[in-house]
Amino acid sequence: MPVLWIVLIVLTLGGVGFVIGRMRAMASADGDPRHLHSLPNYYGTHVFLAVTVPSMLLLVMWLLVQPLVINSQVSSLIPQEAVSEGSSLGLMMADVRRVADGLDTAVAAGAMTSEEASQIRTEFTDIRERLGAVGVALGSDVRPEVLKAAQRYRELSGRYGLIMAVVIIGIALAGMAFAWSRSHAEFRARNVVESAIKSLLILASSIAILTTVGIVLSLIFNTIEFFKLYPAANFFFEPTWLPSFGGGTDSDGNPLSKLGILPLLWGTLYISVIALLVAVPIGLFAAIYLSEYAGPATRAFAKPMIEVLAGIPTIVYGLFALLTVGPLLVDVFGAGGLLNVSWMQGGTAVMTAGLVMGIMLIPFVSSLSDDIINAVPQAMRDGSLGLGATKSETIKQVVLPAALPGIVGAILLAASRAIGETMIVVLGAGAAARLSMNPFDAMTTVTAKIVSQLTGDADFASPEALVAFALGMTLFLVTLGLNIFALYIVRKYREQYE
Amino acid sequence: MNDMRIVERKVDANEVKISARTCQVYYGDTHAIKDVDVDIQDKTVTAFIGPSGCGKSTFLRCLNRMNDTIDICRVEGDIHLDGEDIYDPKVDPVQLRAKVGMVFQKPNPFPKSIYDNIAYGPRIHGLAKTKADLDEIVEKSLRRGAIWDEVKDRLHAPGTGLSGGQQQRLCIARAIATEPEVLLMDEPCSALDPIATAQVEELIDELRARYSVVIVTHSMQQAARVSQKTAFFHLGNLVEFGETGQIFTNPQDPRTESYITGRIG
Repeated sequence: MPVLWIVLIVLTLGGVGFVIGRMRAMASADGDPRHLHSLPNYYGTHVFLAVTVPSMLLLVMWLLVQPLVINSQVSSLIPQEAVSEGSSLGLMMADVRRVADGLDTAVAAGAMTSEEASQIRTEFTDIRERLGAVGVALGSDVRPEVLKAAQRYRELSGRYGLIMAVVIIGIALAGMAFAWSRSHAEFRARNVVESAIKSLLILASSIAILTTVGIVLSLIFNTIEFFKLYPAANFFFEPTWLPSFGGGTDSDGNPLSKLGILPLLWGTLYISVIALLVAVPIGLFAAIYLSEYAGPATRAFAKPMIEVLAGIPTIVYGLFALLTVGPLLVDVFGAGGLLNVSWMQGGTAVMTAGLVMGIMLIPFVSSLSDDIINAVPQAMRDGSLGLGATKSETIKQVVLPAALPGIVGAILLAASRAIGETMIVVLGAGAAARLSMNPFDAMTTVTAKIVSQLTGDADFASPEALVAFALGMTLFLVTLGLNIFALYIVRKYREQYE
Repeated sequence: MNDMRIVERKVDANEVKISARTCQVYYGDTHAIKDVDVDIQDKTVTAFIGPSGCGKSTFLRCLNRMNDTIDICRVEGDIHLDGEDIYDPKVDPVQLRAKVGMVFQKPNPFPKSIYDNIAYGPRIHGLAKTKADLDEIVEKSLRRGAIWDEVKDRLHAPGTGLSGGQQQRLCIARAIATEPEVLLMDEPCSALDPIATAQVEELIDELRARYSVVIVTHSMQQAARVSQKTAFFHLGNLVEFGETGQIFTNPQDPRTESYITGRIG
């Protein structure tokens, strides 16, 4: 029985449970909801939850465990010697599953009866051709062991599927009966439903936290793996980034690749600083204009327009950098350009990426700062204006200091975005890792190199690929540090200003 | 206890500081102040009383053009300060507000130190040449604000850390620091407890020696205690204006009598 049907049946049972639970509770109160402990719908919801929650949890667990069980039972059918050279049991099992799926498709398409599907033998039938006729392509001829295993696989999964349907619907019915029997006037259905809702909320937040923990753990383990293959001191202090494609070591046993993070970190910070130098003044001034000077009509028009910038995909910014800003900068700073200097060799440069990234960050700074400036109480402004201060004096000396912690928070948030940005760098700043002071040189960042190290066809166990995790870990720690610093700043000043 | 006792008051001066003639205020389409004529004397405490929404705060805010910060507000008529029309295009509202200080209903110290709160006005108006000058202004203002003894040891602590009554006296001291000629107070005691209120009232009486003080209050007892002149507003009209003693003991208008005896309001 398909899983979808089981889900639908359980939900239907839940709906029925809702109605009968509510009815029983109402009957026990002689039809007067004021005699019930909770509102009638809570009794219905209680039965609904008792029907659906345990059975759905079991369904999920069953679906996770069933393939493992079937695999272990079926794989014993494949003799060790049948596993051909250059293959493995895992690959054979994949074949088995594919053939089993093919048989299912064939039966569903009417090309075979289900009787036939479980009886056919490779000795008499060309399975590959018959499955090919219904659109299931197999790489090679089906071997007898595989076909037998596949038939066993189908048989087992059919049987377990049936057991599963029975068990789950049984659990749902049992839940319904239990909850229904409890639905009477004194039962505290509301408290039960509320605690179920609380569990749901806890579940949601723990999923978010566990995912973070999982991501960090996977980073940590791969980083440790990397440092086993490559000395940490070289990674942190070597001023060169030069991965060798073949990997390997020289005669002294040192790795041939030079994987120093410094040039990448330098590129990241350089580009981020330029981006912030663009975004912070523009964003802040825009926010001050919008919140203090602009009339309601201008504001209603301009604020969404600025926020449109935040909705542009970063790859589009990357194209803008590559096709517009880069060539424009070369025309000014390149050889034979307007200034007649030759600081810039090509369109891709730190300056290109930094400028475009700064534009991308403007809405982050302006939108958050605008909200924060608006949150400064009008009483502060009145107090200052009442003393004969002008509007700009008021903004400079009263409003901005009061909004400062929030503005710092907004800037640090923008900084985290800048450090983690990839697409604009790939297209705007080039791919050359170098330590240079010239903002018109091509450089690259940590994120861009993570992409290039993992998208090549390097062996995944080599230091050249694993370095991506060490880079990611470093980046994560840097942004984490920034966020903690932002929180600290905001907390420290908040006490003072409220 | 007879809070309505009227002490014999001596009005120190009879010069008119502010005079308003046929003053009208509109909020959008609402006619909030209708034809108000009033003369506010120098070195006198003038109280504006009346039920909520009668326009007394609105009228007060006309006197230093604070209503300019409200987009939909429109003021008509003449208001003269020392014979000069304050709504004349030549007049800079910023300079006007330096001459006509204001204290608000809720204490609103800036998120700065006590010292910087007081020094704010003198700094933006360039009243102090040296640091020593500024120190002197701050001390003098805090003394006149009757709060110096409480804060002299923590001038660099944040002003927001003071109690409500202290904050309000700090705000009064801040307003005094710019050397205004008139001090407008919009219900300065409504957020304060009785002890803090008594301190502020005492302070207002002392301020009368140097400034013309205009106070909006909901409390008739307060008006009777601190003011020499009282104006009664009702539904945007100035109903009656006169000596405080006369308003409270012998009101000419039946509406005033109803209000002070508690029948309307």
